Amino acid sequence: MKRILPWVVPILLLILWQAASRFGLLRAQVFPAPTAVAEAAWRLARSGELWMHVKISTWRALTGFAIGGGIGFVLGMANGLSSLSETLLDSTLQMIRNIPHLALIPLVILWFGIDEEAKLFLVALGVFFPIYVNTLHGVRSVDRQLLEMGRAYGMSERQLFSRVVLPGALPSVFVGLRYGLGIMWLTLIVAETISASSGIGYMAMNAREFMLVDVVVFAILVYAALGKLADSVARLLERVCLAWNPVYAKV
Amino acid sequence: MNVSVLEHVPERDARLSTSGAAVSLRGVTRSFGAHRVLRGIDLDIPAGQFVAIVGRSGCGKSTLLRLIAGLDEPTSGAVAIDGRTGGRRDTVRLMFQEPRLLPWQRVLANVEVGLSHQMNARERRRQAAAELAQVGLAGRERDWPSVLSGGQKQRVALARALASHPRLLALDEPLGALDALTRIEMQDLIAHVWRDKGFTAIVVTHDVTEAVALADRILLVEDGLVALDVAVDLPRPRRRGDANAAAIEGGILDRLLRRTGAGPKPR
Repeated sequence: MKRILPWVVPILLLILWQAASRFGLLRAQVFPAPTAVAEAAWRLARSGELWMHVKISTWRALTGFAIGGGIGFVLGMANGLSSLSETLLDSTLQMIRNIPHLALIPLVILWFGIDEEAKLFLVALGVFFPIYVNTLHGVRSVDRQLLEMGRAYGMSERQLFSRVVLPGALPSVFVGLRYGLGIMWLTLIVAETISASSGIGYMAMNAREFMLVDVVVFAILVYAALGKLADSVARLLERVCLAWNPVYAKV
Repeated sequence: MNVSVLEHVPERDARLSTSGAAVSLRGVTRSFGAHRVLRGIDLDIPAGQFVAIVGRSGCGKSTLLRLIAGLDEPTSGAVAIDGRTGGRRDTVRLMFQEPRLLPWQRVLANVEVGLSHQMNARERRRQAAAELAQVGLAGRERDWPSVLSGGQKQRVALARALASHPRLLALDEPLGALDALTRIEMQDLIAHVWRDKGFTAIVVTHDVTEAVALADRILLVEDGLVALDVAVDLPRPRRRGDANAAAIEGGILDRLLRRTGAGPKPR
């Protein structure tokens, strides 16, 4: 019962949607029926177009995420562990953080045109801050008493890091990770919609030119599915990595 | 008003002096800013003795223990373990008021934290398991700390502290957070392993009953000095509610609460 319950509302909405289209409440040019969207999906999948776009979008998303998230993680760790590094960098980073990264789109187009770098740059920048902020917070909130215990028990600085600091910061890093995944897709949708010649966002914009509303709606659904998939993977990782924490163990 | 009554402590047998460490403090002071917490402590603890340090909150008893355990350095004076002032490493182990287990490591790995890192993995596991069995937690090796009760967590912490066979065990109010019955069980366990292994033990507590139940000797710290040094010459294992114990306890409590000027007569 608990497993079925979350699906009740979406399925109900789908039925309502189909019924509304059937009885002419929704015009096909404005919002096509679910069956029409499914047909478009089938068409795109068979022609191979869909996989091509999904592949390039996923590649952009993950590469941008790896770059931005990697830098955010390293800087978060560095600033959490070294007060010198924090004094040097944190106020600058906080200043940059207050610029909405999507506001840089005109500048990014000037710099990179509509090449891959533009998308990667925007995704990396968007993902950087949630990971940075949460990693820093995680390192700072590591239990001082455990650090003291580690030192008293003769742990070296390296052991302290790998056995106390890193696992202690991990729950917070995961919060940043999941938040960053959301920003990753958001940024990519915007970037691909505005300036791209491939990817799901391009697929949607291209379909709009030819008034293929069913493809546009399908593209939106693909984004939703990819976003959900990324979140599920992150949750799974969380459950494996944080199995010691009763909060995560039973989710 | 700080009478230091350092007096003769009966000789321990040879077993103790070989496995315990002797502690000696000379003119030890510790200041935090302008505040002098310890004001010149001279203290000798022979190898294998069980010493309890009691006193009111903020009297400096925990600071004193942290200095002995090497977690902190004196502002002036010297703390020597077996005549050496530095390099405590594996000879001294500390148990805290909180268990301070690593929540992301299973029970066995937490005990292994106390072991020397030179040992190979299999040997470490074997020895850690033996320590766990000694504190009555055999079979709980694969559990996460979060599923243990407060008393069980403190047992794991004890196993971790004992794993490297320390010659000095420092305990900073280790039973303060436990319920009354678990406390008594833990006191018995600590007294048992101490008798078994013969290390020197120093426990800080504000529970005078606990001090009398555990220690050979009770030091009362007041205003940064050892105000009272009382020998507890009672047979072990100690019986709770013993009249002699009650007399010692009463005397120390009187002094702590400043009911009468003199305090107990040193025995």
